[in-house]
Amino acid sequence: MGPRAEKRGGTAVSLVFLFLLAAAIVISLSLGRYPIPVQALLDRVFQGSFESPGMEAIFFNVRLPRILLACLVGTALAAAGASYQGVFQNPLATPDILGASSGAATGATLAILLRLPQPLVMLFAFCMSLGTIALVMLIGERARAKRIVGIILAGLMISSLHSAASSWMKLLADPNNVLPEIVYWLMGSLNKARPLDVLFVLGPMLIGLLPLYIFRWRINLLTLHDEEAQSMGVNVRRTRWLIICCATLITAAAVSVSGVIGWAGLIVPHITRRFTGNNYRDLMPVSMLFGALFLLVIDNISRNLFATEVPLGIFTALMGVPFFLWLITRRGDLW
Amino acid sequence: MNPLEARNLSFSYSERPIFSNLSFSLERGELLGLLGPNGSGKTTLFRCILGLDHRYGGDVFLEGENIRRKTPAAMARLAAYVPQAHHPSFNYTVMDMVLMGTSSGERAWAVPGSRQKAAALEALAKINFQEFHSRNFRELSGGEQQMVLIARALAQGTRILIMDEPTANLDYGNQLRLLMTISGLSRQGYSILLSTHNPDHAFLFARRVLALHNHALAAIGPPAEVLTPELIHTLYGVQVRLRRDEQGRVSSVPILEDH
Repeated sequence: MGPRAEKRGGTAVSLVFLFLLAAAIVISLSLGRYPIPVQALLDRVFQGSFESPGMEAIFFNVRLPRILLACLVGTALAAAGASYQGVFQNPLATPDILGASSGAATGATLAILLRLPQPLVMLFAFCMSLGTIALVMLIGERARAKRIVGIILAGLMISSLHSAASSWMKLLADPNNVLPEIVYWLMGSLNKARPLDVLFVLGPMLIGLLPLYIFRWRINLLTLHDEEAQSMGVNVRRTRWLIICCATLITAAAVSVSGVIGWAGLIVPHITRRFTGNNYRDLMPVSMLFGALFLLVIDNISRNLFATEVPLGIFTALMGVPFFLWLITRRGDLW
Repeated sequence: MNPLEARNLSFSYSERPIFSNLSFSLERGELLGLLGPNGSGKTTLFRCILGLDHRYGGDVFLEGENIRRKTPAAMARLAAYVPQAHHPSFNYTVMDMVLMGTSSGERAWAVPGSRQKAAALEALAKINFQEFHSRNFRELSGGEQQMVLIARALAQGTRILIMDEPTANLDYGNQLRLLMTISGLSRQGYSILLSTHNPDHAFLFARRVLALHNHALAAIGPPAEVLTPELIHTLYGVQVRLRRDEQGRVSSVPILEDH
C-alpha cells in the first residue's frame, strides 16, 4: 500500500499548520530560563510595556530574535530540501547535497580561527557556502556524466575537500578557547541569535523563498525526465538553475546563522508529503510552515529541557537518523 | 500546409552520421508510423522535431513555422510529446500528471486552477479515461500509464502528437487497445507521428509508414505498398511472408528457416 499521491484540502492543511505555528510561537515567547507569562505578553501588546525593563530587554534582544531565527532557518531548510528533492529527481536529496553546509563550515571555521567577530563569522560562512555551490555547479556542468549526476558527484567531492580543510584548521586551533567554539558552531545552535542576525538573513531568505513559492508548480515538471518537461514548455535548464540558486541562497543564509543543522531538510519535506502528497502546489507552502514549527519546537527543547543547552544538530540527528533508516527500509514507497 | 515538414534534415554525433537529407511530411489527421532498427536514429529524429536538439542541418516546420529558434514554451504549443511510460521519481495523481500538460499555455508562476482542471478532464474524456483522474499514477498498469501520458499530451492543446514507441513494454492486448485509441485520435483530426518496432502495427493502424535505414529514408508511403518482405528484411534482417486476409488486412509471418 503506497501513500496517496495527493490528499485533498491542501489549503486546510496549510491553515492547520499556520495555526500550530502561531500557537508554538506564542508558547515559545513565554518559555525560557527567564519565563515571560503569556499575560505579560498580552499586556505588552495591548498596553505597550512590560512590567520591568529587564523583561523588555530579554524579550527583544534575546527571545524574539531567537524565535524568529528558528522559524526562518526551519522554513529555509525545509523549502531548500523540498526543492532539491524535486530538481534532482531524488527523494533523498537534502540541502547539504551540493556542499552548502560544508562550505559554510569551512568559512565559519576559518573566521573563528582568525578570531574574527561574530558578524564576520556569519559573512564568511555565507560567502563560502555560495562560493562552494558556484564551484560545484561549474564543475558539474563540465562533467562527462549526465548533468544531474555530474553536479551531485562534484558536490560530494568538494564537500570532502571542505571537511579536510576544516579538520586541518581544527588541528591548528587553540584547544582552550578557539577549538570549542568551532566545534560548537559545527553542531548547530541558535543561542547566539541577536536582532542583527535576523536582519542579516531576512534579505537573502526572502529573495530565495519567494521564487520557490511562486514557481512551485513548475518544480513538479522538473521531477520528470528533462526532455519530457521541456516538451511541455519548461525551459528546464533555466528553471532548474533558478530553483537551485534560490534553494542554495536560503541554505547558505540559514547555515551562516545557525551552524550546521542536518536532517531537518530531509525529514520535514518527507513528513509533509504524507499530508499533502507530492504536488509542490501544496507541498512547498506546508513544508515552509512545518519547517518553521519543527525547528522552533526542537530549539525549545534544546534551550529548556536541560541545564546546559544541547546543540540543535544533535537533536535533529537523533530524530533524523532513525527516521531515515525507517524511510529506506519500510515497504512500499513513501514518495 | 502540412502540420509537419522536414526538409533535408541531417544529424551527426561528432563524425558519426545518424541520418542525412531526410525530407518528409506529416499530413493532417494522419497516423504516420516510423519504422527502423535499433540505432537507426528514430529517437534523434524525434529530438530534432521536438526542438530538444538544435544541432541538425536542414529545417523542420511545425504548422508552417520554422522551429529552429523557438523557445520551449512556443514549441510546446506546436507539438506534444508522448514518452514511453516510466517510473517517475515521485508519485502523482493522474489529475496532476495531466494538469502538467496544461502548463505550456500558462505563465511560469501560474498554478493550475479550475479552467486547467476542466481542460485536463476533457483530455482524459477524449480517450475515455476520466474515471482514472483520482488514481495514483504509479499504481497504474503500464498500459494505463501510457493512456495518462497521452491524455497529458492532449491537455497540451496541440494538434500534432509525437509518440515514442508507446506500445513498448505493454502486453499484447494493451498494445492493440492503445493503438486503437491512438488511431481514434487521428480520426478526430490529430496528426500523429508514432515510432514502433512492429511492422504489423503499421499494417493495422498507420496510414503511411516512414522507414529509416542506413542514415537515410528507406521508404515512405502506405504500408500495403512500401512495407514489402524485402524492406522488412533490409530493416530487421529477418525473412517474412506477408499474408492478406479476406478483409484485405495484411500481416507478416516470420520464416524461421533454421527451426
